[in-house]
This record gives sequence, C-alpha cells and structure tokens, in this order.
Amino acid sequence: MNHGVNAGATDDVNGERGGPGAAPFLGLVRIGKTYPGVTALADVGLEVARGEVVGLIGENGAGKSTLMKVLGGVVAPDSGHIEIDGMVHQALTVPQSLAAGIAFVHQELNLFENLDVAANIFIGREPRWGGPLRLIDRQVLYERTRPLLQRLKVDFDARTPVAALSIAQRQMVEIAKALSLDARLIIMDEPTSSLTVSETERLLDVIAELKAQGVAVIYITHRLNEVKDCADRVVCLRDGVVAGALTHDEIAHAAMIRLMIGRDLKALYTPPGCQPATGLEVQGLRTILFPDRAVDLEIRRGEILGLAGLIGSGRTELARALFGIDPPLAGTIRLDGAPITPATPRQAIARGIYLVPEDRKRSGLVLEFPVRVNVTLADLKSHAKAWLISGSREAETAERQKARLNIRTPSVDTEVVTLSGGNQQKVVLAKWLAMRPSVVVFDEPTRGIDVGAKSEIYAILRQLADAGVAILMISSDMEEVIGVSDRIAVMHEGRISGILDNRDSFTETNVLELAVNSPARTAA
Amino acid sequence: MQKKDLGLLVLILVVGAITTALNPVFLSPVNLGNMANLVGLFGIFSIGIGVVIITGGIDLSVGSMFALIGVVFIDLMTNQGMAWQLVLPVAIGLGVAFGIIHGVLVTRFNMQPFVVTLCGLLIYRGAARYYMADATIGFGYAGGFDTLEWLASGRSFGVPHTFIAFVVVAIVMGIVLHRSVFGRYLFAVGKNEEAARYSGIPTSLVIASAYVISGALAGLAAVFLAFYTYSIQPSAHGNFYELYGIAAAVLGGCSLRGGEGSILGIALGTVLLQVLQNLVNLLGIPTSLNFAVMGTVILLGVLTDQQLQRRRARLLAVKAHQAKTASVQPARA
Repeated sequence: MNHGVNAGATDDVNGERGGPGAAPFLGLVRIGKTYPGVTALADVGLEVARGEVVGLIGENGAGKSTLMKVLGGVVAPDSGHIEIDGMVHQALTVPQSLAAGIAFVHQELNLFENLDVAANIFIGREPRWGGPLRLIDRQVLYERTRPLLQRLKVDFDARTPVAALSIAQRQMVEIAKALSLDARLIIMDEPTSSLTVSETERLLDVIAELKAQGVAVIYITHRLNEVKDCADRVVCLRDGVVAGALTHDEIAHAAMIRLMIGRDLKALYTPPGCQPATGLEVQGLRTILFPDRAVDLEIRRGEILGLAGLIGSGRTELARALFGIDPPLAGTIRLDGAPITPATPRQAIARGIYLVPEDRKRSGLVLEFPVRVNVTLADLKSHAKAWLISGSREAETAERQKARLNIRTPSVDTEVVTLSGGNQQKVVLAKWLAMRPSVVVFDEPTRGIDVGAKSEIYAILRQLADAGVAILMISSDMEEVIGVSDRIAVMHEGRISGILDNRDSFTETNVLELAVNSPARTAA
Repeated sequence: MQKKDLGLLVLILVVGAITTALNPVFLSPVNLGNMANLVGLFGIFSIGIGVVIITGGIDLSVGSMFALIGVVFIDLMTNQGMAWQLVLPVAIGLGVAFGIIHGVLVTRFNMQPFVVTLCGLLIYRGAARYYMADATIGFGYAGGFDTLEWLASGRSFGVPHTFIAFVVVAIVMGIVLHRSVFGRYLFAVGKNEEAARYSGIPTSLVIASAYVISGALAGLAAVFLAFYTYSIQPSAHGNFYELYGIAAAVLGGCSLRGGEGSILGIALGTVLLQVLQNLVNLLGIPTSLNFAVMGTVILLGVLTDQQLQRRRARLLAVKAHQAKTASVQPARA
C-alpha cells in the first residue's frame, strides 16, 4: 500500500491528472434510502473525480448526512449502488470505505483530548515494536506524523496535546489523520461552523493544496460564499433528491438559493383563534456562545413564533437562557410587563416558562421511569398530601393526559423507554400541559418523529396558543417553520437577523437568506 | 415486594435452613437475639449509605465517623461529665455536619463523591486517633447515663433495642423513599440528573440531603456501636464498616449507577450478610475466611441477578418479535 506522500507519484503511474474533467473514481448511482415515514434519499447520483472539490448544499434534513453515511459505510442504501474504481458495491462496510480512501472530518471532532497529535492520528494503528509485548514505537510514530503535518503547513508539533489546540487546529489534525490513511476523498461536514474568518481562509487554502495533490473533497456547508470560493462543482439536495447541480462557472449565490428551496409550505397552517397580547419580551440578551451579540425578541401570548436559523446560530442558547439553565450574561426578560430573572429551571417553571428540550432522551425524560412518574415529575407537590405522593391523583393526571394527547402506551405504568419517539415527545408535552404554562419553548419539537405524530403535535401547539400561551418554536425544519408559525424570527450568528411578520413573506428564500445572512435584500 | 427482594428473602431462608441443619444452635433464642442486635447495628447506617448510592454517589466515610464520633461521645460523657441528653444530639449533629460538608463539596464544588468521602475516611480516622493519642477509651466506671445505656444496648421483650431502632428507621426511610416527594426526587436525580433539573427539581439540594441523611444515621449508629463494643480503639473501631453498608445496599438491589434500590432490599441485604457471618461462626469455618465468604456470596448474587435480568429482557424481545411476525405472516399466506 502506498503512503499518502506518494499520491502525486501514483498519478504519474496511472498517467491521469487530477482535477475536474478527469474520470471519476467514485460514483453513487441511483441511491435510495427510506426510514419509517421518511424518504431520506431517492435516486441520488453523485460522482467524484481525483482532485475535485464538490460543494454539497441543502437545507437541514435534505439528506446530505444520510448520503455521506452511505459513503462512510454506516448506512446501507435500500436501492442503487456505489462504484469505486469500476467495482460495483450494493453497500459499503466501514472497512471497505476506509480501504477506498474515503475519510471524514466531522462537525463534532472525534479526537482524544488527553492524547497528543501523533497518538490521535495513529489511534488504533500505532507502529509497534517488542513483538508480543506490543509496545508503541514512539520514534516511528512521530517520524510518520511529521511529514503529514508539514504537508498541511500547520503551526503545531506532533507532540502537542490535542487539549491545547484550537478547533481549527484540531480540524487540521483530522485532515492529517485522513492523509495518513491515504485518503483520496475527504468529506468535510460544516468544517467552518466554528472557525473565525482567518481560520476559514486557512482551511480553504489547505483544500486548494489537497486538490493540487490529487485529493478530492466533498465540502458540505451552509455558507454559500465559501462554496463559491473553493468548489469546482455544486450539488444541491432537497428532500432527498438532487435538486440540481451547478458547474464552476454557474456557481452564484442566487442560483444556489434557487436550488435549495422548493415547494409551497403554507398548507399546514391554521390561523390563530385569538388576538395576540403581550407575553415575553427579551431585550439585549447576551449568551455565552456570542457574548458580543444581543438578542431582542418578543414572544406574544396567543401566537406561535417560529425561530429559524442554522445549527449553531445561538437558538438553543437563547432557549437555555429563558429557561434558566445558563443564565444570560446581560439583558432583560419581561413576562407580562414584569421583569424576571430565571436563574434556575425551577425559577423559570415557577413563572410558567417551560422548555421542551431538543434532546428529549437526555433532558426531557427519565426513560426508565413509567409514563405516570414522568408526567407528574415537574408538579409533584400538586399530587401530594403533606409531602406524601398520592398514587391515585398521579394516575388520574396521567390518564387524563394520556387521553388528551392521545399517547399510545399500553398503560400509564409502562416505562417510557419502550414508547416510540412521537409518544415519548407527547409524554414530555404532557408533563408541561398538566401545569399552567405562560410561555412554552419548543426546541426542535418534531425531530425524529413520524409524520402522524407530527401533525398531532402541531395541533397541540395551536391549542396552547389559542389558550393564551406564548409559544416559541425553534426548528431547523423549513416545512415546520413556514407551515406552523404565525411569525418567523431568524437567527444568524447570535442575533436576530430578521423577523417575518406577514405570512405572504414566508418563503424559503426569505428565511434562508436571513439564515445565511446574505447581502441580498432584507425581508420586511 | 419486588421480585429481587423476594429472591433475597428466599436466599436468606435457604442459607438459614442449611445452617440450622448443620448446627441447630442457629435458631436458639440467644443466637437469634445476637444476630438481631448486629442486624440493627449494621442496618441503620447501611440505609444511609443506600440512600447516597441511589443518588448515584457513594459514602466511604462512615466507618471512620464511628471512630471519631464514638471517641468524642465517650469522652464528653465520661471525662467531661456532660449529660447524655446533651451528648446524644452532639453525636448525631456531628454526623449531620460531616454529611453537610460532603454534600456541599459534591454539589457546590462538583467533586466526585468517591474522592470526597475517601478523604473523609482518612481525615476522620486520623482525627479520632489524634484526639485520643491512639489510646483506647471506654465507659469504665463512669455513671449517669444508665437510661441511655439501656436505650442503646438493652432489650425489650427479648428484642434488642438496636433492632427496634433499625426497624423504626427502616419504616420511616421506607416511607420517605418510596412514598414522599423527596424520595421520588432522589430516584429521579439518581437516574437522570439533567432531566430532573429540567423538571424543576432542586437537584443539588436533593443530592446534598442524601449525604446529610447518611451522616445523621451514621451518628446514630455510632452511639449504638459505642455501647456495643463498650470501649473504642480509635485505630480499629468501625474499620471497613462502610464496606458492609455498600455490600448490603448492592446485595439489596441498589445500582452503583444510581436510581435503583429499595429500603426493603437494603434491610434484607443486611440480614443476609449477618446470617452469612453467623454461618461462618457456627459451622466452625475459620473466621479468617469471613470476608472471603461474604465477597463470594455478593459476587455470585449480583452476577446471578444480572444474568436473570438479561435473560428476562431477551425473552421479552423474542416474544415481541414473535408477536410482530405472527401478525405479518397471515397476510403473506
């Protein structure tokens, strides 16, 4: 097996040159994948040639991640096949994917902070000596690491502990690891989402160098300007199909936006049943993620305010601040005109501010406990007499909520862990609906939930709003944001980049433009 | 009663029956009375440790607390001549104070419970030895606390008061753990601290309270233990007793990951440990093997329990699968 350093030499042997126009060495052909209730991919094709940089764009949930998991051997497609160097595979396994020279640089970096750079690059493949003693040959380890780091022109050493590196530097370690595996294709998933401008430029330079060395890159991003800078070609996914592709000369901001958006999403909508009134007002709120950006937002009673924006734009941090998990650095929050400062979830709950968290299994439920216990957990005192829990009152509430929210469970004493995602989410809602909400923040309320349960949850949202509750719905699902919200606020890098008041202005174009904060016109 | 507790009860009866068959002394009133006395002594603080374990923590400091609280207790009564009505609250108060320190260090300063209470184990033992300059202290011929002595080491209707105290503590803690709001919070915090916090439960307060309960019960047990041994050698008194408590809790179905366990289980675990010790004594097994026997039984007990649970889960999964395929097959046919 040749080592990564020889990539250029291999080109000469084969007599082919890298770059666009070269014959593709890897192709995905008519790939399809369905999950219960969702078509993740349908008939998707994608080819990659040596030294080619392909930009892969699309909204959250368009199927980009699934497609890349097919390449990584983590997900087996239901239909279609994968061609590598002329060999046809129905599905790849992880070792096959590695052997084909496909490497990933993940959004969440998979590095061991307690080890140094060299140890991370060669983890699981350490050079050994001492025969049966299986000792690590540290000298060879560092000798092999150095040329990799030189190739990337990084400013740290093979012996630097990863804990001491910045995110951008860690990314370089991941890229070095990919090179050490003789990668021919490096897939970068949102690589710049936590980089500064100069770090981003450096990464784009490295991509250009990789390209010159014959390494292909699939570059997944929401940042269209970066795609314009580095990609030879752009492929756009939408709802699991290829919405279109742009050649190098065609890549332009407007063209990409046009590809990303699609259908009419307003059919889901039911109008509010009452006049919105003052609810929660947020002024100058600063959170830890973006300490120099302030959020101003009003969530009115009786309305559903959709909060759109890309992952990492500060939406979850806003929710955590309102719910008292991470108290804000600065700013004021008013509820019905009176200033409040929730410092713990307990205080927020006492004010009637509830959160349906993004990760229901970790933060929303005690999975091993029965439905009944989860439903009453936040309001046990109303189910107790003199500190002793009244089993009958508990069961009564649980049964009432089960009927009201149509929770499909054999009994209220069934452990929540055995229920489907949609029913688990309903248990989280049941917990809050059994109390007296003023403001409910839903963070990705329908993530991983089947279509039927989704519409039930939308109906519950509307009922709540009509009962005078202020609702903030954080969502990355464009269909949901446009179809359910009365107003849409969009966040971009720690601040509200725009608010859409009028349902006529609810288009994917408008929301997306605010979310990627393009220089184009600002929506009303 | 849960299946787990029932299994433990059966095990106790089987071990008891075997011992009786080999040595009928096992069922003699004297032997039963002694055993009840020991069950009471060990059970009281085992419940405290169990409560901490249910929150996902651990309390290693209990044995050393017995030494420190014990020497202070005897010293105040015999040498300083304080009234027992004053000294008793001081003893329990010391346990509470230690519990508060542990709780604050674990919750406010985010230290690991193992580290905090391990340091407690070392510090209290050292403090006790320093306090007494390593000398043994006893009640000697001092007087004025006959009532307390009777309360702590006497018997009513042939039942040792330690055992009565244990039953009372067990019933109270059983209600607190399994019926009260606080108990529900304890289990929720132990199983999923984040979800508990997101439900508005004051998680830090709940966790700290568990250490305070453990400290208070350790203070109470220290008094009983002092009257049981009647003299205290600070370097040896209560050594390894925290391990008895942890063993009883684990035998009784507490998971060291937190969120699981019952007072009945802990009580039965304590009983089983004492029956085993008694077995070693009565059957003429060298007492040096005492710990080895105990360790083996705990190991086998927990292993069997986990294997049974896994098998049950697998059976359930198979059943669910069969039900699914059964409902599909007619459609195909």
